[in-house]
Amino acid sequence: MDSPNLEDLTPVVGAQTDVAPLGRDHSKPAHELTAAEEAGRTDWEAIAAMEEFKQLLSTKARFIIPGTIFFVVYYFALPVLVGYFRPLMETKVIGDVNLAYLFALSQFAMAWILAALYVKAAAGWDKKVADLLSKISKR
Amino acid sequence: MPEHKDNTALYMFVAFVAATLVITYFSAKRSKGSSAYFAAGRRITGWQNGLAVAGDYMSAASFLGIAGMIAFSGYDGFLYSVGFLVAYLTVLFLVAEPLRNAGKYTMADVLAYRLKPRPVRALASLSTLTVSSFYMVAQMVGAGALVSKLLPGFSVPGLTGFSSSVICVGILMIVYVVFGGMLATTWVQITKAILLMSGSVLLSILVMKEFHFSFGEFFHSLTSIHYTGPKGPVTANFLQPGLKYKNPLDVISLGMALLFGTAGLPHILIRFYTVPDAKTARSSVIWAMALIGVFYIMTTFFGFGAASLLGPDYITANGGTNMSAPLLAQKLGTDVFFAFISAVAFATILAVVAGLTISASTSFAHDFYTNVLYYGKEARPGQEVKVARITAFIVGALSISIAIILGPTYNVAYLVGLAFAVAASANLPAIVFSIFWKRFNTAGAMCGLGTGLLSSIVLILISPAGKLAHPLFPLENPGIVSIPLGFLGAVIGTLLSHEPEAESRFAELAVRSNTGLGAEKATEH
Repeated sequence: MDSPNLEDLTPVVGAQTDVAPLGRDHSKPAHELTAAEEAGRTDWEAIAAMEEFKQLLSTKARFIIPGTIFFVVYYFALPVLVGYFRPLMETKVIGDVNLAYLFALSQFAMAWILAALYVKAAAGWDKKVADLLSKISKR
Repeated sequence: MPEHKDNTALYMFVAFVAATLVITYFSAKRSKGSSAYFAAGRRITGWQNGLAVAGDYMSAASFLGIAGMIAFSGYDGFLYSVGFLVAYLTVLFLVAEPLRNAGKYTMADVLAYRLKPRPVRALASLSTLTVSSFYMVAQMVGAGALVSKLLPGFSVPGLTGFSSSVICVGILMIVYVVFGGMLATTWVQITKAILLMSGSVLLSILVMKEFHFSFGEFFHSLTSIHYTGPKGPVTANFLQPGLKYKNPLDVISLGMALLFGTAGLPHILIRFYTVPDAKTARSSVIWAMALIGVFYIMTTFFGFGAASLLGPDYITANGGTNMSAPLLAQKLGTDVFFAFISAVAFATILAVVAGLTISASTSFAHDFYTNVLYYGKEARPGQEVKVARITAFIVGALSISIAIILGPTYNVAYLVGLAFAVAASANLPAIVFSIFWKRFNTAGAMCGLGTGLLSSIVLILISPAGKLAHPLFPLENPGIVSIPLGFLGAVIGTLLSHEPEAESRFAELAVRSNTGLGAEKATEH
């Protein structure tokens, strides 16, 4: 695997890397630490047990779980209706445009509306995260 | 294809290639070190990454393939457009933010967090390479067919037009990725997304102009399309479902692969590592959804428009289903516009193959070389990037050869559909369970990846899309069977074994993925 004779294509040889090279003795910047080295530095269990963190998770779950169920059901309603209820879906609604096309078009609106709702909800989660992080750094 | 005498198309191709090489030149200077090379220094902004995600996603299968599918099968083709957009809700709700917070360069980073890193990374890397290769060979075959038809005189002495085109596309892709890394790839994708969007808007306007900008007139023209079917002349209402798929399960199976496949496509997932934080990853999905949604709604105009204004018979006689959009441009606009649309299609393919190459080579270098072979330590500084560059070169050379061996007649949509099904069946169960299920463990990940990968490929081989005389599996897309199998494999593997270490590190992954604590930030410059 190692091929020392190949020309190194890296424009600057010996560039900074965030994977620890073997035998480096000075301390690494925080973002280069491997998971094992970092294990003892932060008490993940304690943070996970904090009331604020549990609240954050349940707030997120309250949005994400019903949201996901909704879009999966709404999306699969399209192939099911088109496949098994064809005469109904071929009903013309506006001029020559039938229910099948309008329902397909409504999927685009559904996706955009759900995405917008997600962004709105996520702005609230961001605030909770910021509070949580400031609380941790104070300790 | 009707004769076109001038070389406008060639000049436009050359202009695009020149622009991308300039991008690559400036990117190369900044692609030093792993984070810069693999993740563009994590300094891409939300809208830039949104454009790049859109550019990475709207492949030849989207622009050329869906236009052709709608032009030939009407409404059933439009179902692809719907699935491709709604799939981004899966990405936004379940995957994008946790992935950005907990990972570094590849999809496998998230899996390796609390599972045994070496076996999980080895299998995830195999799955990444499989998905990317299927996808890439499809794009290369498409590129070869497109370029050799658009530039009939173009060929390297001693080779066919198809082979020369494949080689040229392949070499360009290698140059972008080997020298420019993720930064160059990103900007090539942004450029392409802008070109593709403007080309599609212009084409849609030209179509509606033919119908005096009346939607009533436009939709009315679709109710009686004449074409020659296998049993002679047919007149069909293209707005009615069922022209292509007689079996409803086919549509459901395809829908599953599209909805769940996108969130497992490695080349889309690694894009979320190029932004500074989870919040930017979120906004980039929103940008991508806006662009992708508008684009797929426009497939109504240039897909159905091709059916109504050209008709399937004309398209078949002049280059086949994949040429619907360029032919429509030729009919409605000037030669310059035709050349522009062709150059857009070419740019589309180049940007997507570059994205695929970098996802494959990143996975090989970071997951397999550094973490499986060398236990997460680099032998020398810069080694990981060097391995990635060599891999990009090899992956490029291999896919050039495979595309040339398969030749221009191979079905492009078939390979892309396979890539989506494999991604949904193998990658998605492992990603979702490792983020959300505490009990999940290494055995579960291995079983899920293994069954998903194996079942989707085997089912495709024995389906009507495969080469068997009597298909054993009746559906065109394996999704409806292989996706549940992938999830089931992951659940059974997990329940059959115990891994207290994996469970004990769930707290850490939960905190990291939900808060971004400890996630790598943008590099300073």
